[in-house]
Amino acid sequence: MHRASPKYKHSAAFYDVDGTLIKINIVHAFAYYQARHPSLIESAVRTIKTGASIPVFWAADKLSRKWFNEIFYRQYEGASEDRLVVLAEELFEDVVKPNIYARAKDLIDESRRAGVRQVLISGALDFTMRPLARYLGVDDLIANKLEFVDHYATGKLQKPFVAGATKADIMRAYAKQHDIDLAESWAYTDSFSDYPMLAVVGHPTACNPDFRLRSLARSYDWPVLDLDEEPDRAASRRPQGLARVPRQIRRHSPEN
Amino acid sequence: MRAIRPKLRSHAKEHIVTIDTDSAPRLMFSGENIIMEDLPVGTRVIYPNRPMTPVANPKATIRYALNHPEDSEPLHALLQPGMKVTIAVDDISMPLPIMRTPDVRQIVLEIVCEMLADHGVDDVHIIIALGLHRRMHDWEIKRMVGDKVWDEFWPDRLYNHDGCDPDGMVLLGKTPHGELVEMNRRVAESDLTIYVNLNFVPMNGGHKSMAVGLCGYESLKAHHHPKAIVESSSYMDPPKSFLSHSFKRQGDLVEKTLKVFHIETVLNNRCFDGPLSFLNKNEDDFSETDRLKFQAMKWTLDKLPFAARREIFMRTPAAYELIACYAGACDPVHSRTLQKQNEQNVVDVQGQADILLMGIPYISPYNVNSKALNPLLVQVMALGYFYHMYRNQPLLRDGGVLILTHPCSDRFDPVHHPSYIEFFNRILTETTDAYTIETKYQDELAYNPSYVEMYRRGNAYHGAHPCFMWYWGQRGREKTSRVICVGADNATVPAIMGWETAGSIAEAIAMARGTMGRSAQITMMHHPPYMISDVT
Repeated sequence: MHRASPKYKHSAAFYDVDGTLIKINIVHAFAYYQARHPSLIESAVRTIKTGASIPVFWAADKLSRKWFNEIFYRQYEGASEDRLVVLAEELFEDVVKPNIYARAKDLIDESRRAGVRQVLISGALDFTMRPLARYLGVDDLIANKLEFVDHYATGKLQKPFVAGATKADIMRAYAKQHDIDLAESWAYTDSFSDYPMLAVVGHPTACNPDFRLRSLARSYDWPVLDLDEEPDRAASRRPQGLARVPRQIRRHSPEN
Repeated sequence: MRAIRPKLRSHAKEHIVTIDTDSAPRLMFSGENIIMEDLPVGTRVIYPNRPMTPVANPKATIRYALNHPEDSEPLHALLQPGMKVTIAVDDISMPLPIMRTPDVRQIVLEIVCEMLADHGVDDVHIIIALGLHRRMHDWEIKRMVGDKVWDEFWPDRLYNHDGCDPDGMVLLGKTPHGELVEMNRRVAESDLTIYVNLNFVPMNGGHKSMAVGLCGYESLKAHHHPKAIVESSSYMDPPKSFLSHSFKRQGDLVEKTLKVFHIETVLNNRCFDGPLSFLNKNEDDFSETDRLKFQAMKWTLDKLPFAARREIFMRTPAAYELIACYAGACDPVHSRTLQKQNEQNVVDVQGQADILLMGIPYISPYNVNSKALNPLLVQVMALGYFYHMYRNQPLLRDGGVLILTHPCSDRFDPVHHPSYIEFFNRILTETTDAYTIETKYQDELAYNPSYVEMYRRGNAYHGAHPCFMWYWGQRGREKTSRVICVGADNATVPAIMGWETAGSIAEAIAMARGTMGRSAQITMMHHPPYMISDVT
């Protein structure tokens, strides 16, 4: 088929990952590591501890992403680097891959076909994201890095933290380094907390957005993309305004 | 409402009423509402023709057409066991509003599929030929094709065309004018394609069916540009339409390359019936019951929220009936289709208007089952379709004033029209010049990966579609001196499109007379259903 030559040579698409391209988040990855301890009892204890910590993580995340990072990544203290990296491959196969949104790869393929550089920018840990980046065939991965001393995690993140406004700063630096025009670039995220990364590009897109981001997208006339909908499910959506008609009826003609 | 003396009309000229001192006020659509307006004495109101008598037996008519085709062997003679057949079928952008079930496409499909099965043809796919329109929802497809076809073919052998699928499209070639012709791969690789068309307006059907319904963006660019619209006078008059000539060039290449059997159906214009049949009437002929019905409808609509009003209209299908079916080779079939369609829709009008009034209804080809008729679609209805509903010469003279009624709310359906939102709020606020938009922004929207994804796997119109909608109104914009919107709920939306606003029809007419003079000829088009004015 004839197709115009890609016009987006100096464009990039920046994707948040958790909630945007995959259904899970960094806590799932952490729980996976905790449940994979050599000792069965230790695995069980750590899994229970992780479960009990979830309300704390949730509260910290709501108050401040900085607090959340400090509390959450401290849990990795003492973990060996080689174990984390080796388990990351299993984590991808067992947990991440089955939870990639149905249309996420299609979106990245469309974007690549248009000649746009593909970049994942995630608050998750780099070694957990590498297999995903490889699978999706993106050009670059920007993610948080754990600090290691003698190949053991200190429980701290290397700076800069990839989150919130810092994501926008990192994107600006990346654009400068790779001759990218941000005005001709895309950003995709699901969370209102990533508003800064949407604000610095010319084509912001809310993906599976939370309520606040959906409202914001409506106000700013940004496109809203629901990658969580299977193409067939998307096709069955009835967009008409009034009345939640029971599903069985909804799938038939209005007068049936 | 005041007492109204019925006005007698001669049958020959019953589609034109001249407003007198004792004439009834006229009914006009204004989006999801209806208004009743007194018009100045001397205003000419043009009504559509009465619905033609439908064929007595639609199935027999269709079978007769398939067995006695125009310039082709009968369909059964073209079939061989084991051959690869694709049936392409028009999407639900027509007719408007959607028709009652069974949809005429369902009747044709059931007959054709049965015939294919009888002749041992098993490799059959049905493709919704939507061009760059949005993918139809599954429940819409089911309603359109009926349970029998749905159960047999969905989802593997009944699906939407995808004009952006790099593996699903092929390039057939170039016309002598350099226009690219892309084609759906399945169709290109079939031994026979059967195109099932529902013809509702003269610009549809014929070569447009294959050349547009199954094409990609690059071949659509050949004719969907502002110059094509400006040079079409009008695009509802195929011999004088740049668009139709381009469709024909592309279509000729298609017909030369592929074996296509065309089936075209024509409907009458029975838009409203039953309790709503008064909407088809001349207001002077309203009975007491009609007036009560109108008052009740108006009261209800005024009280209901927007979404509820929209739902009511969308759930009220039209009572269209089949008046003809033709099959065979493209040109002779379409020629007969147009002849029949003109018989139903063309009304004779003497002399142009200086001021043209039109009510814009809630629906257009591009917002069936959408959440709103967005501002760009209001524009395309007024300056595009309704302005172009003429033959010979425009109903509104060059330099005339166009008055339309619509709330022009800032409402868009983010699922069906995502790129429209960006187009309207970003691009149209930078420039309203269609030629600049074509060169500077069209490809940007067309190849925007988010919009491509939404078109291919969501239910969005193609990214470049809002550009085409803006071009569609280009001739109307160039030929009118002023556009005045009555009943707009805001001033911003009309202002972005370069329109003025007025609080009432009377105010709008006073403004228009300021340009056109006190003796300006005022004409109102009374639709829906639509009509085509043959202006002499």
